[in-house]
Amino acid sequence: MKNENSRRSFIKNISLATFSALALSGCNTKAFDDFLQQNFKTLSKKEKDIIIKNLGIKYKEKYGKEFHISDKPAIDGTLFGYALDLSRCVGCRRCVYACVKENNQSREPQIHWIEVLQMEKERGIDFAHSTAQYNPEKVPEKGYFYVPVQCQQCKNPPCVKVCPVKATWQEPDGITVIDYNWCIGCRYCMAACPYGARHFNWGEPDVPVEELNTEVHYLGNRPRMKGVVEKCTFCIQRTREGKYPACVEICPVGARKFGNLLDPDSEIRYILENKRVLILKQELNTQPKFYYFFGI
Amino acid sequence: MKDNFYENIKVSVILTSLYLVLLSGCKNKESDTIELNKVNTENEVSIGTAQTNDYAVEAPPFSDGIFPCTDCHKNLIPNPVRRVLVDWHDDISAMFNHDSENRWCLDCHDLKNRDSLRLASGKLLDFKESYKLCGQCHGEKYRDWKVGVHGQRTGEWNGKKEYLLCVNCHNPHSPKFRELTPEAPPIMQEDIK
Repeated sequence: MKNENSRRSFIKNISLATFSALALSGCNTKAFDDFLQQNFKTLSKKEKDIIIKNLGIKYKEKYGKEFHISDKPAIDGTLFGYALDLSRCVGCRRCVYACVKENNQSREPQIHWIEVLQMEKERGIDFAHSTAQYNPEKVPEKGYFYVPVQCQQCKNPPCVKVCPVKATWQEPDGITVIDYNWCIGCRYCMAACPYGARHFNWGEPDVPVEELNTEVHYLGNRPRMKGVVEKCTFCIQRTREGKYPACVEICPVGARKFGNLLDPDSEIRYILENKRVLILKQELNTQPKFYYFFGI
Repeated sequence: MKDNFYENIKVSVILTSLYLVLLSGCKNKESDTIELNKVNTENEVSIGTAQTNDYAVEAPPFSDGIFPCTDCHKNLIPNPVRRVLVDWHDDISAMFNHDSENRWCLDCHDLKNRDSLRLASGKLLDFKESYKLCGQCHGEKYRDWKVGVHGQRTGEWNGKKEYLLCVNCHNPHSPKFRELTPEAPPIMQEDIK
Protein backbone atom coordinates (compact mmCIF):
# COMPACT_ATOMS: atom_id res chain seq x y z
CA MET A 1 0.00 0.00 0.00
CA LYS A 2 2.73 2.37 0.98
CA ASN A 3 4.62 1.44 -2.15
CA GLU A 4 1.69 2.26 -4.39
CA ASN A 5 1.17 5.56 -2.66
CA SER A 6 4.72 6.56 -3.22
CA ARG A 7 4.55 5.59 -6.87
CA ARG A 8 1.44 7.66 -7.27
CA SER A 9 3.04 10.66 -5.66
CA PHE A 10 6.10 10.14 -7.83
CA ILE A 11 3.98 10.34 -10.97
CA LYS A 12 2.17 13.34 -9.58
CA ASN A 13 5.39 15.11 -8.81
CA ILE A 14 7.01 14.35 -12.09
CA SER A 15 4.02 15.58 -14.07
CA LEU A 16 3.89 18.74 -11.99
CA ALA A 17 7.58 19.22 -12.64
CA THR A 18 7.07 18.74 -16.37
CA PHE A 19 4.22 21.19 -16.48
CA SER A 20 6.11 23.82 -14.55
CA ALA A 21 9.16 23.25 -16.69
CA LEU A 22 6.97 23.73 -19.76
CA ALA A 23 5.50 26.87 -18.31
CA LEU A 24 8.88 28.22 -17.31
CA SER A 25 10.47 27.43 -20.63
CA GLY A 26 8.24 30.12 -22.13
CA CYS A 27 5.96 27.73 -23.97
CA ASN A 28 2.95 29.56 -25.40
CA THR A 29 0.52 29.82 -22.51
CA LYS A 30 -2.46 29.91 -24.85
CA ALA A 31 -1.48 26.58 -26.34
CA PHE A 32 -1.08 25.36 -22.80
CA ASP A 33 -4.58 26.58 -21.93
CA ASP A 34 -5.92 24.85 -25.03
CA PHE A 35 -4.22 21.68 -23.93
CA LEU A 36 -5.83 21.80 -20.50
CA GLN A 37 -9.27 22.82 -21.79
CA GLN A 38 -12.03 20.50 -20.63
CA ASN A 39 -14.84 18.95 -22.66
CA PHE A 40 -17.15 21.77 -23.73
CA LYS A 41 -20.16 20.01 -22.30
CA THR A 42 -18.71 20.12 -18.79
CA LEU A 43 -17.77 23.79 -18.82
CA SER A 44 -19.51 26.51 -16.82
CA LYS A 45 -20.92 29.59 -18.51
CA LYS A 46 -17.97 31.63 -17.22
CA GLU A 47 -15.41 29.18 -18.54
CA LYS A 48 -17.15 29.06 -21.91
CA ASP A 49 -17.11 32.85 -22.14
CA ILE A 50 -13.37 32.97 -21.48
CA ILE A 51 -12.67 30.23 -24.03
CA ILE A 52 -14.79 31.93 -26.66
CA LYS A 53 -13.12 35.28 -26.01
CA ASN A 54 -9.67 33.73 -26.41
CA LEU A 55 -10.79 31.88 -29.51
CA GLY A 56 -11.93 35.17 -31.01
CA ILE A 57 -8.49 36.66 -30.37
CA LYS A 58 -6.86 33.58 -31.87
CA TYR A 59 -8.97 33.77 -35.03
CA LYS A 60 -8.29 37.48 -35.30
CA GLU A 61 -4.55 36.80 -35.21
CA LYS A 62 -4.79 33.92 -37.63
CA TYR A 63 -7.25 35.30 -40.20
CA GLY A 64 -7.24 39.05 -39.51
CA LYS A 65 -11.03 39.04 -39.18
CA GLU A 66 -13.46 39.64 -36.34
CA PHE A 67 -15.47 36.50 -35.65
CA HIS A 68 -18.79 36.43 -33.92
CA ILE A 69 -18.63 33.16 -32.01
CA SER A 70 -21.88 31.94 -30.51
CA ASP A 71 -22.42 29.19 -27.99
CA LYS A 72 -26.19 29.59 -28.02
CA PRO A 73 -27.82 26.54 -26.43
CA ALA A 74 -30.81 24.68 -27.84
CA ILE A 75 -34.13 26.55 -27.87
CA ASP A 76 -36.60 24.95 -25.45
CA GLY A 77 -39.27 22.85 -27.09
CA THR A 78 -37.45 22.26 -30.35
CA LEU A 79 -36.45 19.05 -32.04
CA PHE A 80 -35.16 19.71 -35.49
CA GLY A 81 -36.24 17.62 -38.43
CA TYR A 82 -35.41 17.78 -42.11
CA ALA A 83 -37.23 16.59 -45.18
CA LEU A 84 -35.99 16.27 -48.73
CA ASP A 85 -38.28 15.92 -51.70
CA LEU A 86 -36.83 13.19 -53.94
CA SER A 87 -39.35 13.95 -56.65
CA ARG A 88 -37.98 17.49 -56.97
CA CYS A 89 -34.21 17.22 -56.48
CA VAL A 90 -32.47 17.68 -59.83
CA GLY A 91 -28.93 17.01 -58.58
CA CYS A 92 -27.56 20.51 -59.29
CA ARG A 93 -25.28 20.46 -56.20
CA ARG A 94 -26.09 24.06 -55.26
CA CYS A 95 -26.61 22.82 -51.70
CA VAL A 96 -23.15 21.23 -51.56
CA TYR A 97 -21.36 24.48 -52.24
CA ALA A 98 -23.71 26.68 -50.21
CA CYS A 99 -22.90 24.40 -47.29
CA VAL A 100 -19.16 24.57 -47.93
CA LYS A 101 -19.32 28.35 -47.88
CA GLU A 102 -21.62 28.72 -44.90
CA ASN A 103 -19.78 26.20 -42.78
CA ASN A 104 -16.14 27.05 -43.60
CA GLN A 105 -15.33 23.63 -44.99
CA SER A 106 -11.79 23.07 -46.20
CA ARG A 107 -11.39 23.67 -49.94
CA GLU A 108 -8.04 21.89 -50.09
CA PRO A 109 -8.08 19.10 -49.08
CA GLN A 110 -11.70 19.17 -50.14
CA ILE A 111 -14.44 18.44 -47.63
CA HIS A 112 -18.12 18.30 -48.56
CA TRP A 113 -20.72 17.67 -45.88
CA ILE A 114 -23.35 16.98 -48.51
CA GLU A 115 -22.92 14.27 -51.10
CA VAL A 116 -25.45 14.09 -53.90
CA LEU A 117 -25.84 10.55 -55.16
CA GLN A 118 -27.17 9.84 -58.61
CA MET A 119 -29.22 6.67 -58.78
CA GLU A 120 -30.82 4.77 -61.60
CA LYS A 121 -34.59 4.89 -61.63
CA GLU A 122 -34.68 1.25 -62.60
CA ARG A 123 -32.75 0.17 -59.53
CA GLY A 124 -34.36 2.44 -56.99
CA ILE A 125 -32.43 3.44 -53.90
CA ASP A 126 -29.29 1.38 -54.30
CA PHE A 127 -26.14 2.81 -52.78
CA ALA A 128 -23.87 0.20 -54.34
CA HIS A 129 -24.72 1.38 -57.84
CA SER A 130 -24.93 5.08 -57.10
CA THR A 131 -22.34 7.70 -57.93
CA ALA A 132 -21.50 11.19 -56.70
CA GLN A 133 -19.24 11.84 -59.69
CA TYR A 134 -21.89 12.46 -62.35
CA ASN A 135 -21.07 15.51 -64.43
CA PRO A 136 -23.34 16.06 -67.44
CA GLU A 137 -24.00 19.38 -69.18
CA LYS A 138 -27.45 19.65 -67.71
CA VAL A 139 -29.34 17.98 -64.92
CA PRO A 140 -31.56 16.10 -64.30
CA GLU A 141 -30.44 13.31 -66.60
CA LYS A 142 -33.05 11.04 -68.09
CA GLY A 143 -33.49 7.79 -66.22
CA TYR A 144 -31.83 8.98 -63.02
CA PHE A 145 -32.88 10.46 -59.74
CA TYR A 146 -30.82 12.15 -57.05
CA VAL A 147 -30.42 11.47 -53.34
CA PRO A 148 -28.44 14.07 -51.42
CA VAL A 149 -26.95 12.55 -48.29
CA GLN A 150 -25.66 14.42 -45.29
CA CYS A 151 -25.73 13.87 -41.53
CA GLN A 152 -29.09 12.25 -40.82
CA GLN A 153 -29.16 13.56 -37.23
CA CYS A 154 -30.12 10.13 -35.90
CA LYS A 155 -32.16 9.83 -32.74
CA ASN A 156 -30.03 6.81 -31.99
CA PRO A 157 -26.65 7.94 -33.32
CA PRO A 158 -23.99 5.22 -33.60
CA CYS A 159 -21.27 7.85 -33.95
CA VAL A 160 -22.01 9.19 -30.47
CA LYS A 161 -22.01 5.70 -29.01
CA VAL A 162 -18.54 4.82 -30.25
CA CYS A 163 -16.69 8.02 -29.39
CA PRO A 164 -14.14 6.97 -26.77
CA VAL A 165 -13.76 10.47 -25.34
CA LYS A 166 -17.35 11.77 -25.58
CA ALA A 167 -16.26 14.53 -27.93
CA THR A 168 -19.52 14.17 -29.86
CA TRP A 169 -23.02 14.18 -28.44
CA GLN A 170 -26.63 14.88 -29.22
CA GLU A 171 -27.95 18.26 -28.12
CA PRO A 172 -31.48 18.68 -26.67
CA ASP A 173 -32.73 20.00 -30.04
CA GLY A 174 -31.54 16.80 -31.69
CA ILE A 175 -28.40 18.11 -33.37
CA THR A 176 -25.35 15.91 -32.98
CA VAL A 177 -22.36 18.18 -32.44
CA ILE A 178 -18.61 17.81 -32.04
CA ASP A 179 -16.28 19.58 -29.64
CA TYR A 180 -13.35 19.94 -32.04
CA ASN A 181 -10.99 20.70 -29.17
CA TRP A 182 -11.90 17.47 -27.41
CA CYS A 183 -11.84 15.28 -30.53
CA ILE A 184 -8.75 13.08 -30.64
CA GLY A 185 -9.15 12.21 -34.31
CA CYS A 186 -9.52 8.45 -33.85
CA ARG A 187 -12.23 8.38 -36.55
CA TYR A 188 -14.25 5.65 -34.82
CA CYS A 189 -17.33 7.78 -35.46
CA MET A 190 -16.62 7.78 -39.18
CA ALA A 191 -16.46 4.02 -39.17
CA ALA A 192 -19.68 3.82 -37.20
CA CYS A 193 -21.70 6.23 -39.36
CA PRO A 194 -23.66 4.25 -41.96
CA TYR A 195 -24.22 7.36 -44.09
CA GLY A 196 -20.63 8.48 -44.66
CA ALA A 197 -21.65 11.80 -43.16
CA ARG A 198 -18.55 12.45 -41.07
CA HIS A 199 -15.40 13.87 -42.57
CA PHE A 200 -11.85 14.04 -41.31
CA ASN A 201 -9.42 16.91 -41.65
CA TRP A 202 -6.46 14.99 -43.04
CA GLY A 203 -4.61 18.21 -43.63
CA GLU A 204 -4.66 21.74 -42.24
CA PRO A 205 -8.04 23.03 -43.50
CA ASP A 206 -7.63 25.68 -46.17
CA VAL A 207 -10.39 28.27 -46.55
CA PRO A 208 -9.70 31.48 -48.49
CA VAL A 209 -9.78 34.30 -45.92
CA GLU A 210 -12.12 36.42 -48.04
CA GLU A 211 -14.61 33.55 -48.15
CA LEU A 212 -14.59 32.85 -44.41
CA ASN A 213 -17.97 33.03 -42.76
CA THR A 214 -17.38 34.92 -39.53
CA GLU A 215 -20.82 34.19 -38.06
CA VAL A 216 -19.96 30.97 -36.31
CA HIS A 217 -21.11 28.63 -33.57
CA TYR A 218 -18.60 26.99 -31.27
CA LEU A 219 -20.10 23.56 -31.91
CA GLY A 220 -20.65 24.16 -35.60
CA ASN A 221 -18.95 26.08 -38.35
CA ARG A 222 -16.05 27.72 -36.54
CA PRO A 223 -12.76 27.14 -38.35
CA ARG A 224 -11.49 23.65 -37.58
CA MET A 225 -7.98 22.30 -37.26
CA LYS A 226 -6.07 19.39 -38.73
CA GLY A 227 -6.85 16.04 -37.18
CA VAL A 228 -10.49 16.50 -36.18
CA VAL A 229 -13.77 15.13 -37.49
CA GLU A 230 -16.58 17.37 -38.72
CA LYS A 231 -20.08 17.04 -40.14
CA CYS A 232 -23.39 18.73 -40.85
CA THR A 233 -24.99 20.41 -37.84
CA PHE A 234 -28.20 21.56 -39.57
CA CYS A 235 -26.35 24.92 -39.67
CA ILE A 236 -26.56 25.23 -35.88
CA GLN A 237 -25.35 28.84 -36.11
CA ARG A 238 -28.36 29.70 -38.26
CA THR A 239 -31.12 27.42 -37.03
CA ARG A 240 -30.72 28.35 -33.37
CA GLU A 241 -31.27 31.94 -34.48
CA GLY A 242 -34.49 30.99 -36.26
CA LYS A 243 -33.07 30.89 -39.76
CA TYR A 244 -33.26 28.03 -42.22
CA PRO A 245 -30.12 26.02 -42.96
CA ALA A 246 -28.09 27.32 -45.91
CA CYS A 247 -28.93 24.28 -48.06
CA VAL A 248 -32.66 24.87 -47.58
CA GLU A 249 -32.43 28.47 -48.72
CA ILE A 250 -30.25 27.82 -51.75
CA CYS A 251 -32.19 24.87 -53.19
CA PRO A 252 -33.51 26.18 -56.53
CA VAL A 253 -36.27 23.58 -56.72
CA GLY A 254 -37.41 23.94 -53.11
CA ALA A 255 -36.76 20.29 -52.39
CA ARG A 256 -35.37 20.91 -48.92
CA LYS A 257 -37.64 21.49 -45.94
CA PHE A 258 -36.76 22.12 -42.35
CA GLY A 259 -38.58 22.71 -39.09
CA ASN A 260 -39.47 21.81 -35.55
CA LEU A 261 -40.81 18.28 -35.16
CA LEU A 262 -42.50 19.28 -31.89
CA ASP A 263 -44.55 22.02 -33.54
CA PRO A 264 -47.70 20.48 -35.03
CA ASP A 265 -48.08 23.44 -37.42
CA SER A 266 -44.60 23.21 -38.89
CA GLU A 267 -43.85 22.36 -42.51
CA ILE A 268 -41.95 19.29 -41.44
CA ARG A 269 -44.92 17.92 -39.48
CA TYR A 270 -47.19 18.54 -42.44
CA ILE A 271 -44.88 16.46 -44.59
CA LEU A 272 -44.68 13.62 -42.08
CA GLU A 273 -48.44 13.55 -41.73
CA ASN A 274 -49.42 13.99 -45.38
CA LYS A 275 -46.66 12.61 -47.60
CA ARG A 276 -45.04 9.25 -48.24
CA VAL A 277 -41.85 9.38 -46.25
CA LEU A 278 -38.80 7.15 -46.07
CA ILE A 279 -35.58 7.13 -44.09
CA LEU A 280 -32.27 5.72 -45.26
CA LYS A 281 -31.08 2.35 -43.93
CA GLN A 282 -34.08 1.99 -41.69
CA GLU A 283 -33.01 -1.56 -40.75
CA LEU A 284 -30.06 -0.21 -38.75
CA ASN A 285 -32.33 1.43 -36.18
CA THR A 286 -30.43 4.69 -36.31
CA GLN A 287 -33.77 6.53 -36.44
CA PRO A 288 -32.79 9.49 -38.63
CA LYS A 289 -34.54 12.83 -38.27
CA PHE A 290 -33.77 13.37 -41.96
CA TYR A 291 -36.72 12.23 -44.02
CA TYR A 292 -36.98 11.73 -47.74
CA PHE A 293 -40.38 12.15 -49.32
CA PHE A 294 -42.24 12.27 -52.59
CA GLY A 295 -43.87 15.65 -52.97
CA ILE A 296 -45.71 14.83 -56.17
CA MET B 1 -38.09 85.91 -7.94
CA LYS B 2 -40.52 86.23 -10.83
CA ASP B 3 -37.82 85.18 -13.28
CA ASN B 4 -37.17 82.18 -11.21
CA PHE B 5 -40.88 81.30 -11.17
CA TYR B 6 -41.07 81.35 -14.97
CA GLU B 7 -37.87 79.40 -15.14
CA ASN B 8 -39.47 76.73 -12.95
CA ILE B 9 -42.59 76.55 -15.08
CA LYS B 10 -40.46 76.26 -18.19
CA VAL B 11 -38.49 73.41 -16.71
CA SER B 12 -41.56 71.57 -15.56
CA VAL B 13 -43.25 71.98 -18.94
CA ILE B 14 -40.19 70.59 -20.65
CA LEU B 15 -39.98 67.73 -18.20
CA THR B 16 -43.66 66.89 -18.59
CA SER B 17 -43.49 66.88 -22.35
CA LEU B 18 -40.38 64.75 -22.24
CA TYR B 19 -42.18 62.32 -19.96
CA LEU B 20 -45.15 62.23 -22.30
CA VAL B 21 -42.94 61.58 -25.28
CA LEU B 22 -41.20 58.79 -23.43
CA LEU B 23 -44.51 57.34 -22.34
CA SER B 24 -45.94 57.35 -25.83
CA GLY B 25 -42.73 55.86 -27.16
CA CYS B 26 -42.96 52.99 -24.69
CA LYS B 27 -46.59 52.50 -25.50
CA ASN B 28 -45.82 52.22 -29.19
CA LYS B 29 -43.15 49.69 -28.53
CA GLU B 30 -45.47 47.66 -26.38
CA SER B 31 -48.19 47.57 -28.98
CA ASP B 32 -45.59 46.59 -31.56
CA THR B 33 -44.53 43.57 -29.58
CA ILE B 34 -48.11 42.58 -28.96
CA GLU B 35 -48.69 42.76 -32.69
CA LEU B 36 -45.66 40.58 -33.30
CA ASN B 37 -46.73 38.05 -30.72
CA LYS B 38 -50.14 37.88 -32.23
CA VAL B 39 -48.63 37.17 -35.60
CA ASN B 40 -46.41 34.51 -34.16
CA THR B 41 -49.11 32.66 -32.32
CA GLU B 42 -51.34 32.58 -35.33
CA ASN B 43 -50.51 30.22 -38.11
CA GLU B 44 -47.15 31.49 -39.35
CA VAL B 45 -48.23 31.11 -42.91
CA SER B 46 -50.73 33.93 -42.95
CA ILE B 47 -48.20 36.70 -42.54
CA GLY B 48 -47.90 39.79 -44.67
CA THR B 49 -51.59 40.21 -45.07
CA ALA B 50 -51.68 43.29 -47.21
CA GLN B 51 -55.06 43.99 -48.72
CA THR B 52 -54.00 42.83 -52.11
CA ASN B 53 -52.29 39.57 -51.21
CA ASP B 54 -52.52 37.02 -48.44
CA TYR B 55 -48.88 35.96 -48.56
CA ALA B 56 -45.62 37.86 -48.37
CA VAL B 57 -44.32 37.14 -51.83
CA GLU B 58 -41.54 38.28 -54.09
CA ALA B 59 -42.48 40.68 -56.85
CA PRO B 60 -43.65 39.10 -60.12
CA PRO B 61 -40.68 38.71 -62.50
CA PHE B 62 -41.78 41.00 -65.32
CA SER B 63 -39.43 41.50 -68.25
CA ASP B 64 -38.06 45.04 -68.37
CA GLY B 65 -40.56 47.63 -69.50
CA ILE B 66 -43.40 45.19 -70.09
CA PHE B 67 -45.57 46.35 -67.22
CA PRO B 68 -48.00 48.11 -67.02
CA CYS B 69 -49.52 46.49 -70.08
CA THR B 70 -51.86 49.43 -70.60
CA ASP B 71 -48.89 51.54 -71.69
CA CYS B 72 -49.27 49.93 -75.09
CA HIS B 73 -52.69 48.33 -74.91
CA LYS B 74 -54.63 51.50 -74.15
CA ASN B 75 -54.17 52.52 -77.78
CA LEU B 76 -55.16 49.16 -79.21
CA ILE B 77 -58.61 47.86 -80.02
CA PRO B 78 -59.10 44.59 -78.12
CA ASN B 79 -59.50 41.58 -80.34
CA PRO B 80 -61.03 38.59 -78.57
CA VAL B 81 -60.47 36.15 -81.45
CA ARG B 82 -58.10 33.36 -80.66
CA ARG B 83 -55.02 33.52 -82.87
CA VAL B 84 -51.28 33.11 -82.92
CA LEU B 85 -49.61 36.45 -82.21
CA VAL B 86 -47.09 37.39 -84.85
CA ASP B 87 -46.19 41.08 -84.78
CA TRP B 88 -45.99 41.45 -80.99
CA HIS B 89 -45.55 38.98 -78.11
CA ASP B 90 -44.38 36.56 -80.77
CA ASP B 91 -41.70 35.33 -78.37
CA ILE B 92 -44.45 34.17 -76.03
CA SER B 93 -46.36 32.56 -78.87
CA ALA B 94 -43.20 30.69 -79.84
CA MET B 95 -42.53 29.28 -76.42
CA PHE B 96 -46.11 28.86 -75.27
CA ASN B 97 -46.43 25.38 -73.88
CA HIS B 98 -49.05 25.41 -71.18
CA ASP B 99 -51.93 23.32 -72.42
CA SER B 100 -51.56 25.23 -75.68
CA GLU B 101 -54.09 22.99 -77.34
CA ASN B 102 -56.90 24.34 -75.23
CA ARG B 103 -55.75 27.66 -73.94
CA TRP B 104 -54.46 31.03 -75.03
CA CYS B 105 -53.74 34.55 -73.69
CA LEU B 106 -57.26 35.50 -72.66
CA ASP B 107 -57.74 32.45 -70.47
CA CYS B 108 -55.51 34.13 -67.89
CA HIS B 109 -55.23 37.74 -69.07
CA ASP B 110 -58.23 40.03 -69.09
CA LEU B 111 -59.41 41.51 -72.35
CA LYS B 112 -60.45 44.86 -70.94
CA ASN B 113 -58.28 45.33 -67.88
CA ARG B 114 -54.89 44.63 -69.33
CA ASP B 115 -53.06 45.17 -66.06
CA SER B 116 -55.02 42.40 -64.39
CA LEU B 117 -55.16 38.67 -64.53
CA ARG B 118 -58.49 36.94 -64.74
CA LEU B 119 -59.85 33.88 -63.00
CA ALA B 120 -62.10 31.42 -64.80
CA SER B 121 -64.98 32.99 -62.92
CA GLY B 122 -64.20 36.35 -64.49
CA LYS B 123 -62.89 37.78 -61.26
CA LEU B 124 -59.96 40.14 -61.80
CA LEU B 125 -56.71 39.46 -60.03
CA ASP B 126 -53.58 41.45 -59.33
CA PHE B 127 -50.35 40.03 -60.73
CA LYS B 128 -49.12 39.75 -57.12
CA GLU B 129 -51.81 37.17 -56.47
CA SER B 130 -51.14 35.08 -59.54
CA TYR B 131 -50.86 31.96 -57.33
CA LYS B 132 -54.65 31.98 -57.08
CA LEU B 133 -54.87 31.78 -60.83
CA CYS B 134 -52.39 28.87 -60.96
CA GLY B 135 -54.26 27.23 -58.09
CA GLN B 136 -57.44 26.98 -60.16
CA CYS B 137 -55.99 24.00 -62.00
CA HIS B 138 -53.05 23.00 -59.85
CA GLY B 139 -54.98 22.61 -56.63
CA GLU B 140 -52.64 20.10 -55.04
CA LYS B 141 -49.60 22.24 -55.72
CA TYR B 142 -51.44 25.29 -54.40
CA ARG B 143 -52.31 23.41 -51.23
CA ASP B 144 -48.70 22.32 -50.70
CA TRP B 145 -47.38 25.77 -51.58
CA LYS B 146 -49.62 27.39 -48.98
CA VAL B 147 -48.20 25.24 -46.20
CA GLY B 148 -44.67 25.72 -47.50
CA VAL B 149 -44.04 22.24 -48.87
CA HIS B 150 -44.05 23.11 -52.57
CA GLY B 151 -41.48 25.65 -53.59
CA GLN B 152 -38.51 27.46 -52.20
CA ARG B 153 -38.89 29.09 -48.83
CA THR B 154 -36.78 31.68 -47.09
CA GLY B 155 -37.18 33.55 -43.83
CA GLU B 156 -37.44 31.89 -40.44
CA TRP B 157 -38.49 28.36 -39.62
CA ASN B 158 -40.19 29.64 -36.46
CA GLY B 159 -41.29 33.05 -37.67
CA LYS B 160 -41.81 35.17 -40.71
CA LYS B 161 -41.54 33.27 -43.96
CA GLU B 162 -41.14 34.57 -47.46
CA TYR B 163 -42.79 32.90 -50.39
CA LEU B 164 -41.96 32.94 -54.04
CA LEU B 165 -44.75 33.24 -56.56
CA CYS B 166 -45.27 30.21 -58.81
CA VAL B 167 -44.01 32.38 -61.67
CA ASN B 168 -40.72 33.15 -59.92
CA CYS B 169 -39.66 29.58 -60.74
CA HIS B 170 -42.03 28.50 -63.51
CA ASN B 171 -42.43 30.53 -66.63
CA PRO B 172 -46.22 30.86 -66.79
CA HIS B 173 -46.15 30.44 -70.57
CA SER B 174 -43.91 27.38 -70.44
CA PRO B 175 -44.00 26.11 -66.89
CA LYS B 176 -41.79 23.05 -67.03
CA PHE B 177 -38.87 23.63 -64.68
CA ARG B 178 -35.74 24.53 -66.62
CA GLU B 179 -32.71 22.25 -66.67
CA LEU B 180 -29.73 23.37 -64.63
CA THR B 181 -25.98 23.17 -65.07
CA PRO B 182 -24.65 21.17 -62.13
CA GLU B 183 -21.86 22.45 -59.92
CA ALA B 184 -18.53 20.61 -60.00
CA PRO B 185 -18.53 17.01 -58.76
CA PRO B 186 -16.50 16.23 -55.63
CA ILE B 187 -12.85 15.26 -55.98
CA MET B 188 -12.45 11.50 -56.22
CA GLN B 189 -11.08 9.93 -53.09
CA GLU B 190 -8.05 8.61 -54.93
CA ASP B 191 -7.24 12.11 -56.19
CA ILE B 192 -7.03 13.60 -52.71
CA LYS B 193 -3.41 14.34 -51.90
